[in-house]
Amino acid sequence: MTPQPAHATPSVSLTTEQLSLGYGSSLIVDQVSTSLPAGRITAIVGPNGCGKSTLLRGLARLLSPQHGRVLLDGTELTEMPARTLARTLGLLPQQPLAPDGITVADLVGRGRHPHQRWFRQWSAEDEQAVAAALAATGVDQLAESPIDELSGGQRQRVWIALALAQNPDIMLLDEPTTFLDLAHQIEVLDLLASLNHRLGRTIVLVLHDLNMASRYAHHLVAMRAGTLVTAGPPSEVITPEVVRDVFGVEATVITDPVAGTPLVLPHRSVDIEAAR
Amino acid sequence: MSSPVRRGPTRDTLLVAPRGTPVSFRISRSSVLLTVLTGMAAVAVATASLVLGVYPISASDALTIVGGGGTLIEREVVLGDRLPRALTGLGVGAAFALSGAILQRIAANPLVSPDIIGINSGAAMGALTVLLIVGGSGLQLVFGALAGAILAALMIVLIAYRRGLHGFRLVLVGIGVAAMLSSAISYLLTRSDIHRAMSAAAWLTGSLANRSGLHVTIILIALAATVPVLIAMSRHLRLLELGDDLTRTLTGTGQGRKVLLLLIAVVLAAMATAAAGPIGFVALVAPQITRRILAERQVGLAPSAAVGALLVVSADLAGRSIFAPAEMPVGVLTAILGAPVLLYLLARAHRIGAAG
Repeated sequence: MTPQPAHATPSVSLTTEQLSLGYGSSLIVDQVSTSLPAGRITAIVGPNGCGKSTLLRGLARLLSPQHGRVLLDGTELTEMPARTLARTLGLLPQQPLAPDGITVADLVGRGRHPHQRWFRQWSAEDEQAVAAALAATGVDQLAESPIDELSGGQRQRVWIALALAQNPDIMLLDEPTTFLDLAHQIEVLDLLASLNHRLGRTIVLVLHDLNMASRYAHHLVAMRAGTLVTAGPPSEVITPEVVRDVFGVEATVITDPVAGTPLVLPHRSVDIEAAR
Repeated sequence: MSSPVRRGPTRDTLLVAPRGTPVSFRISRSSVLLTVLTGMAAVAVATASLVLGVYPISASDALTIVGGGGTLIEREVVLGDRLPRALTGLGVGAAFALSGAILQRIAANPLVSPDIIGINSGAAMGALTVLLIVGGSGLQLVFGALAGAILAALMIVLIAYRRGLHGFRLVLVGIGVAAMLSSAISYLLTRSDIHRAMSAAAWLTGSLANRSGLHVTIILIALAATVPVLIAMSRHLRLLELGDDLTRTLTGTGQGRKVLLLLIAVVLAAMATAAAGPIGFVALVAPQITRRILAERQVGLAPSAAVGALLVVSADLAGRSIFAPAEMPVGVLTAILGAPVLLYLLARAHRIGAAG
């Protein structure tokens, strides 16, 4: 089974304009204006509680803006019809729920929902899309295995396959590597890089690890305390000054001898507020 | 692609796609088989229950009676007592099972059943309030049960809500609400006179004794009103158990369907309680049995309903045959069958907690 062909026009861009997000009266993301390049991998980085995941939820329309807006190819996200949105944006939540005992193929098949109708609940096309998603993520051999028997890395691949079966232009992933060991982190990030490269998907992910982010992402969005600090290619964004301002860590930045991307070598943490 | 029916990706599934139409479905053979066999077994047991009992009636006589013949007393026994009893049993079994299947799916937690989280207790509380305080009966009892169940559900949802509803919080809050309601029910019983309290207590275990056309009507209306909506919405149930975030990205919409499905589950449990009392464990056990039999995880509403119907009519027939001429209320029998399943699920609760 060959993977699904790349989209003829995969370039769907996401832009935020003075976007403020929060729960109730508390503001978590404050006036963020940025543009995420189409067809590339963007990593949102920043310390714990800086609003990374909240920003991602805003991009996925899981949270309505308290102020400002999110534009998808120039259309305001809140104005988009439900089905169009569901076919455009895919999501891997931080801790997705797998129903007890579900098989891999069955779970991935649920990603087909936006392409189905009441009278067309399952078609040959759905079957092909699921097979292609399983093949593209390398879990086709596990199709009939219950998901609780898989390793953490395999499980993340299956969730990515679900988002892929949905066939969205943009895939949003909330800390897809957080609970994985190093080998599985690389496995998942390599998979995302290949999906981006071969299938032209726009990928937006929240990452904790700055070095992984610089190695895999084409574009970084650095946040601190709910505001955007800087955004751009890793080689421009990752400087000792930015690392200190964003993470509160005194660091040396060298060139990664393996990937040629910036590599952060931390010295010690500093009190950012006092340093200002 | 030439044949309208072909094998799906697994041995169990069939793809049905009549040519020239946009219609295309995937059918699980084991699911259809389970529904048909269990449904037939339920109808068979219900039919047998027309014949079996203290007043003996032969199978051929039963046919004559249903066809309009027989003596006055035979007609009273079969049409006045056993037939409404069997029909109510089939209906409430299906309704409780559907309610349990929906709630367990929405919450992604098998312990979130109307009998565990206090929806049935809410319905019972409402019905008893009408029975013991207002002094009403019949239809008024139905409205009491509906109001009680909806209030209990609202209370559980409001207390458990914290940036969305999560399975394990629902279970804990629900058990608390159920405990609160059962003490309120005890209070109601102690306040009322002894005869009414006795009949109310019998009703509270869940019993199919002395059913009439009214009870059959109640449960049939409940099913007729909800089943078409469930057929239209069953595909959303498969998404809801993936959690709020994925449901919302895969549908592009908010929580509307979840609220409607929740309401349907509450109405089904309330109407079944109004028709036969809060029969325990059917809602918990029937969907779980179905789930474990079906390897391919379909939505499983139809097979669950069939299993629930079979459970209730069998338990009722056993309850009035084994102990004849005395009668054991159906709720006692379902509790004996269901309690071990509850224990098993509780023993696995650490995993459920992790998943919910």
